[in-house]
Amino acid sequence: MLKETPVKEDVEYWRWKEYHRVMPDKTWKNKDLITAGVDVGSVGSKAAIMIDGEIYSWGIMRTGANSPESATKALNWALEGTGLNVGDLKYIVGTGYGRVNVPMANKAITEIACHAKGANYIWGPSVRTVLDVGGQDIKAIRIDDTGRVVSFLMNDKCAAGTGRGMEVFADLLKIPIEQIGEQSLKVETEPEPVSCTCVAFAKTEAMGLLRKGWSKEKVLAAYTRAMAVRMANLINRVGLEKELVVTGGQSKNVGIVTRIENVLGVKTLPSPKWRENGLDPMVAGAIGAALLGRALYLKSQGG
Amino acid sequence: MITVGIDMGTQTVKVVVVKDGHVVGRGKVFSGFEPSKSAETACTEALKIAKLSSAEVEHITATGSGMEMALTSDSTVSMMGADAKAGVSFFPSARTIIDVGAEEARAVKCDDRGIMVDFVVNERCAAGAGAFIEAMARALEMKMEEMGPLALKAERASPINASCVIFGESDVVTLIHRQESKPEIARAVFDAMADRVSSMIFRLGLTPDVVLIGGVAKDVGFVASLKRKLGLEILIPEHPEFAGAYGAALVAAGRVK
Repeated sequence: MLKETPVKEDVEYWRWKEYHRVMPDKTWKNKDLITAGVDVGSVGSKAAIMIDGEIYSWGIMRTGANSPESATKALNWALEGTGLNVGDLKYIVGTGYGRVNVPMANKAITEIACHAKGANYIWGPSVRTVLDVGGQDIKAIRIDDTGRVVSFLMNDKCAAGTGRGMEVFADLLKIPIEQIGEQSLKVETEPEPVSCTCVAFAKTEAMGLLRKGWSKEKVLAAYTRAMAVRMANLINRVGLEKELVVTGGQSKNVGIVTRIENVLGVKTLPSPKWRENGLDPMVAGAIGAALLGRALYLKSQGG
Repeated sequence: MITVGIDMGTQTVKVVVVKDGHVVGRGKVFSGFEPSKSAETACTEALKIAKLSSAEVEHITATGSGMEMALTSDSTVSMMGADAKAGVSFFPSARTIIDVGAEEARAVKCDDRGIMVDFVVNERCAAGAGAFIEAMARALEMKMEEMGPLALKAERASPINASCVIFGESDVVTLIHRQESKPEIARAVFDAMADRVSSMIFRLGLTPDVVLIGGVAKDVGFVASLKRKLGLEILIPEHPEFAGAYGAALVAAGRVK
């Protein structure tokens, strides 16, 4: 079961689809240890429900002006069609930018620990470097084979390279956000990256390039390239160790991922076929939160 | 002795004509698509006011981010060099010169002769420059000039924690939805920007007296916020947006043989 909200692509280019999914071949029983992770990001709110540490259902929606409300909505969406109620959840962990505003959470944990754990669950123990590209920040995280954080670096409070920056460009170029990655690859030769990473200045520069007669795709390629270089620098600073994976909303931007691979000269582990197996890299934080919630619950039970 | 200083800014070209140490003419033109032409137009304007002909000018020095596009200039000087020279000429006690322009902010430490000792610069980030105020004014649907006087009427601070124009816009929208009054929002914008500029100055070390120049120095809202952050008085010359060009004209005078 995969539900998607309709998108008015002709007016709101930045607007990405909100998703909800329940794994079809899974059922729950009363004795199961059911935990949830709620990741309230600046742009997207994600909730994941896990049965005994296995993904069961999840929901992704846009974060509204009110964080507690966004958290409740996302969790309710993940619960929709499962027959479960909030009361059935043994432990709930809140994470993300709005983690302190998750009213039903038993505990709040930073998104860095959650993305590390989530990436370890999605791709397995070979992952050592996680690049999490969220709505308003970029994090490069080094992890061990159990998904524990070794070190991390983040680019805080600057829209360059973030999902929000991409939304601004989607609107500017009138290209729906979900096509932006593919469109950016439709260039014969890769143009020079834009000189400014600041989104406000890059916008001005992009408009100048459009006036000069550059195609939208070429302008997008120049911007995406600059952002990828910025992300690659962050990864290099934290120290790149294979395997590398990308989580967060931008993991779905093939233009960004391809360019990061080109700049670093390293392949990322392929993005899971999330429509089939439910392992969406955008939900990595919520999955990690639900897993950490499971561990905390077991500990509280003396396990 | 007659010299000319040209400041090729990202948004406007400023020209100052100096005769025997006194400003006798000023000109300002939008940089536009052909900054070289804009520079010529601004020069003509300034010389006309000074009632001088271009043949009487002994030396022209250009500065600013587009200084190489000032085709009539005899020499160039760094923006920091021009800032230091101008600041100490306006106020001999000045030791820290802060220049906040449309797209860049700088802080220059200098000695009593107006020679630069050290500097920091915020470039390629709109949050610490005039572009920030411009974007926020757009979000608030008001004129940029209205924001400063409005901010002074604010009764309290309502901090936005964004140090990025893009996030700042969303924060301002959130404040509007929360039905925060416009003066409070305007003050929040200037406080956020002053935060960014002052943290840059603290990296350099704050040595009084402090002089503020550049186009943003005309904004009373920003000046009030910066004073609060720095905790001291700030000296501002008349026509602060021409300070860079004035500094360049002074440098030019030193280069006349």
